[in-house]
Amino acid sequence: MNLGPLLFLGTFFALATSWFGFVLMPQLQIGRQQQVEAANTGQPYPPRPAGQAVQGESIYRANGCFYCHSQQVRPIGFGADERFGWDGRQSKVQSVAQDYLFAQPVMLGSQRIGPDLTNIGLRNPDAAWQLRHLYNPQLVSPGSTMPPYRFLFEKRKLKFGEKRSVDALQLDNIPADYEIVPTAEAKVLVSYLQSLHSEGILFEAPPLTNRPPAEAGTNAPSGTNAAPVATNSASTNLPAK
Amino acid sequence: MSATPSTKQPISTSNGDALTAVPGVEIDASCRPPVMLLFVSAAVWLLLSSVFGIIASMTFHKASMLGDTAAMTYGRMHPAALNALVYGFAIQAGLGVGLWMLSHLGRTRLAMTPVIVLGAILWNIGMTLGIGAIFYGDSAGFEWLEFPRYSSALLFVGYLSMGLGAIVTFHLRRERSLYISQWLLAAAILWFPWIYSTAQLLLLVHPVRGVMQAVIDWWYINNLTTIWLGFTGLAAVFYFIPKITGRALYSHYLGVFIFWILAIFGSWGGIPNASPLPRWIPALSGAAVMISLVAVAGVAVNVWKSISGSAQKPAGGNLIKFIVFGGFAYVVASLAGAILCVSKGSEILNFTWFLPAQSQLMIYGFFAMTMFGAVYFISGKLLQVEVCAGKIKAHFWLAALGVIVYAVALAAGGVQQGSGLSDAHATSSFLEIAKGTIPFIRASTMGDMLMAIANLLFLVNLIGILVRVGRTGYTAAMVANTKTAGVRS
Repeated sequence: MNLGPLLFLGTFFALATSWFGFVLMPQLQIGRQQQVEAANTGQPYPPRPAGQAVQGESIYRANGCFYCHSQQVRPIGFGADERFGWDGRQSKVQSVAQDYLFAQPVMLGSQRIGPDLTNIGLRNPDAAWQLRHLYNPQLVSPGSTMPPYRFLFEKRKLKFGEKRSVDALQLDNIPADYEIVPTAEAKVLVSYLQSLHSEGILFEAPPLTNRPPAEAGTNAPSGTNAAPVATNSASTNLPAK
Repeated sequence: MSATPSTKQPISTSNGDALTAVPGVEIDASCRPPVMLLFVSAAVWLLLSSVFGIIASMTFHKASMLGDTAAMTYGRMHPAALNALVYGFAIQAGLGVGLWMLSHLGRTRLAMTPVIVLGAILWNIGMTLGIGAIFYGDSAGFEWLEFPRYSSALLFVGYLSMGLGAIVTFHLRRERSLYISQWLLAAAILWFPWIYSTAQLLLLVHPVRGVMQAVIDWWYINNLTTIWLGFTGLAAVFYFIPKITGRALYSHYLGVFIFWILAIFGSWGGIPNASPLPRWIPALSGAAVMISLVAVAGVAVNVWKSISGSAQKPAGGNLIKFIVFGGFAYVVASLAGAILCVSKGSEILNFTWFLPAQSQLMIYGFFAMTMFGAVYFISGKLLQVEVCAGKIKAHFWLAALGVIVYAVALAAGGVQQGSGLSDAHATSSFLEIAKGTIPFIRASTMGDMLMAIANLLFLVNLIGILVRVGRTGYTAAMVANTKTAGVRS
């Protein structure tokens, strides 16, 4: 009559199966990934991020950039991510588990209030543009819905005769004796953005050009050719492994 | 075997059990300090959450306004609002309601009340530190798990203390046969330490590598929503419908069925389609969500049949409205969640405003609404003072309208946004699509405002009855003492 222990065990078992399924099993499968050689570059993939980029990652985290920007491109044909130039690799498969090996924390994001940033480092590596955009998105992207991040910049009054520093923002409407300079936080954040690119051709993300050229030419989504990555990838068409 | 909660003074239905039931008044006396503490803290966090939420949504009204202060930006305000809602309000209100239900269903006093009070205090200290950390820029960077280690450790210890009180109360029950709400509550209370410690250990203490972090976060969010909020909320729905209306629950066995389906399949949901993972993981997750829709249908039937069973209008006035609204919001939110698991649904709606619409419908439309009804009922019993019906009615309509406006506006915005973002042949730029969502987001701020007023009213009502108890408790005693002397009111 006393169902307590039975109930306890049954519930425990039922709920624990999801732990085995979605914590233990995936960990056994993908939890111990290592760098691999990318077929297109011959380099270990993903590359280890540089110190500045790692510092910038913590600025990205602290300011919750990932609540508006995803870092996850869906496969070509599922959705239309390639239409916006978000894709990075010459493959039908875009984001894969391997891409996130060195991300800490992994910030895939769940919203696209702003554009996906998986390949922002390929799409727009220009640091000056990124800084101006962070200071005031309207300067470089009129009509943008992104808020300005002015607190990542410092407004300084210039001493008499002092010239503006080299990294001062090029702005039109500030007084001649003032300058807007990015803080260290803004600079490392931009380093992080520049480090974001996943173009490695891998076993799980095979190159598009496996197919006969004619078919690839007509069927390949146009967006893939628009991405700037075309210049530095697909130097070899060998399938990975 | 089912001990349907009776409307009257609890009477033990156990056959030949040696233990005698503790009178309801004594149970209430034991519950009063911890449960009221949890309720009032929950109400405070709820109000804070809606204030943070409104500030966050200001980004979409005037983006340039908040750019000078780091703490005021969307990327900090939004997680602060969510954490205040989930951990500040939902878990504390849920535990308060759960502790009261467990002691009443077990016809025994609430056990270890000092430990529970201590747990609630630790929990609130952890909350304050955690929200402060988010504003300061010390977020851990995982959705729903933004609190850094020093704050989540306090939450964990606080939860263990409160959970211990709940489990001991459950164990010492005088009424041995179990009602479905006890199944649901016991499972929810025990499951939280496991999922929270797993997530903390594998994300913050010894972080797993790469995308496994996202898998664990998704698993945690799903289990917290489907199992903890789902079970605790459903326990209240199945308890308070009979309790308030005076009619038996349509089917206790359907409740048991719902319990097992959700425990076995509901706990497997949460991994979005097309994630950068081996294909089997999202596929399995989606299939599990589809199967658990059987349980959702069960909830719909059980709620509907219980309130529409006989010709006469169910008693319970305003309180039952909260509970029934919660029950149906659960069904709608679960269906919306299932749409996100279908291939085409996730292709269009994933990464859009449809997600916060669905999530708010689950957390606020289902869970918070159910809790409002339960909290009013329980505080009335604990303090022997009723909140006036007009105030409760106003609270109900503001909250219901608010969550509907919010969810409908964002769901519609999400559908529009998603069809733009997923259409490979469209010509609109990303910026045009993003701008197209702005009117919907602005409309949802109206919902935010209504919910904020409702949340304020909730806190005012709770404080109001506490103040009145401070006064009338005194006067009532005076009346009793000087009954012969004359009038005092």
